[in-house]
Amino acid sequence: MPILTFIEHNGTHHQVKGEIGQSVMQAATFASVPGLPADCGGACSCATCHTYVDEAWLDKVQAAQGMESDMLEYAFERRDNSRLSCQLIISEDMEGMVLHLPSSQF
Amino acid sequence: MSLASVVIVGAGQAGFQVAASLRQEGYEGRITLIGNEPGLPYQRPPLSKAYLLGKIQESNLLFRPAEFYATQRIELLHDPATAIDRLNRRLVLASGTAVSYDHLVLATGAHNRPLPVPGAELAQVFGIKTKADADALAPLAKQARNVVVVGAGFIGLEFAAVAAALGAQVHVLELGERPMARAVSREMSELFRQAHEHWGVHFDFRQGLSRILDDNGKVCGVQTADGRTLAADLVVFGIGVIPNAQLATEAGLDIENGIKVDAHLLTSDPQISALGDVASFPCVQNDEHSTRLESVQNAIDQARTVAARLMGKPSQYGALPWFWTDQGDLKLQIAGLSNGYDSTVVLGCAQDRQLSVLCFRNDRLVAVESCNRMGDHMAARKILARPPKLTAAQAAAEGFDLKAWEAANRD
Ligand SMILES: Cc1cc2nc3c(=O)[nH]c(=O)nc-3n(C[C@H](O)[C@H](O)[C@H](O)COP(=O)(O)OP(=O)(O)OC[C@H]3O[C@@H](n4cnc5c(N)ncnc54)[C@H](O)[C@@H]3O)c2cc1C
Ligand code: FES
Repeated sequence: MPILTFIEHNGTHHQVKGEIGQSVMQAATFASVPGLPADCGGACSCATCHTYVDEAWLDKVQAAQGMESDMLEYAFERRDNSRLSCQLIISEDMEGMVLHLPSSQF
Repeated sequence: MSLASVVIVGAGQAGFQVAASLRQEGYEGRITLIGNEPGLPYQRPPLSKAYLLGKIQESNLLFRPAEFYATQRIELLHDPATAIDRLNRRLVLASGTAVSYDHLVLATGAHNRPLPVPGAELAQVFGIKTKADADALAPLAKQARNVVVVGAGFIGLEFAAVAAALGAQVHVLELGERPMARAVSREMSELFRQAHEHWGVHFDFRQGLSRILDDNGKVCGVQTADGRTLAADLVVFGIGVIPNAQLATEAGLDIENGIKVDAHLLTSDPQISALGDVASFPCVQNDEHSTRLESVQNAIDQARTVAARLMGKPSQYGALPWFWTDQGDLKLQIAGLSNGYDSTVVLGCAQDRQLSVLCFRNDRLVAVESCNRMGDHMAARKILARPPKLTAAQAAAEGFDLKAWEAANRD
């Protein structure tokens, strides 16, 4: 069970246990990390699960592509390391991964 | 504002969200969430798609794990509500227990309209509403050779795509003349008809079902309204829903295609709110006509409005409706309500299965349907969130791009 760290825009850290195969979004919402409404429940249809993958972890995850990238175009303050966390599936090599939350999802 | 206790009936999308939003807003009183399905509250959309295909597991359906309810002090009862005693502000449950409320929230959803034909009671005939339905259906769907789907609405077509992907011969019977006729434009229907046919789905439009045939109690076929027999070992229907308004009706609340609520989502009793699939509300995007919507967005945004009001921050509900459905590799997203549209402008290419249909009424943009064009959908949500200034003539101009227009008109 990899441990992920979510850092809110105000600097608050949340350490969260994720399960292999679960989405990063679900790991965060299951742990009640604030600021991720994830309204569509992971269907890549709402863009309210936006996170920034910490620069140090970019070699572990691909950049957003296809539908996800299109949705992100309209996310608040998209950056190169933006991902919709419902599309990031937790794997062994994500142990310790750090994700940052945007100041708003809308 | 200090309500000592909020009782929520229905532990689905809307009921769960009211409870979660109340705590998020800092509500400290007692929250009782009353459900009538086993297990923890879960989301329904994957039931007719990813979950049936085995792409996501049971635990992925849950909104939250069990600990959440304990730490957030949300008391989850599995005990159907049977009566509302408005005079004494008490809710009576099937077990005989009564729960007192300061405010009651009705989020009872809707149930599938049953198939009104002989044979509908057979074990291989399914509507898809609950996880129990999907769990019973999944193994049959994997083995089925001939599937008949009754109703070419969202759920029927989502299942048709799943069944075709699982290798079955799929036959869809639909009374109307095109897929999803009540919800989407002709242009979008046509794209989905072609896509489904490409996946091997056969459509029979303007066609009803007259009976389901069985061989020793097992479905073996169906008879169509025009008297033909089609082979079938599995029948799935999606012919609309009926709001679960019985509790409210018996309690004497105003009913009109579901539980009637005002712009604040209050019923005719100011101590009782209603929302989600069961509630018909004056919809801003539908000229304030009483409207009942069945979508995740509607359930969640209404829940936020109800929770905020209970915390002393009342507002009139006016969120922009949006919706999605996944069928095969197609994602259809709808922003706004297309009711009564009188003209359309089409962007993109049906052949490539990337299409957006802009629906106008009196030259005012009222809805945008997008298939595999997420950018257009998101742009449309921004544009429609305010009174849109886009005209049909502008949209029809050579080289028009919805995203570019949105960016240029952000003010
Ligand atoms: C198969 C399926 C696929 C869907 N796909 C999509 C999609 O892709 N996109 C989208 O936007 N929407 C989709 N929807 C619609 C969406 O799931 C619903 O609009 C949403 O769940 C409505 O939330 P609700 O809380 O009003 O009702 P529900 O989620 O249905 O919850 C109501 C709950 O109340 C319970 N209840 C009823 N009466 C009582 C009682 N007396 N006591 C206690 N409990 C009671 C019900 O059993 C139910 O558990 C789908 C729905 C289904 C069924
Ligand atoms: S949860 Fe909706 S896009 Fe990720």
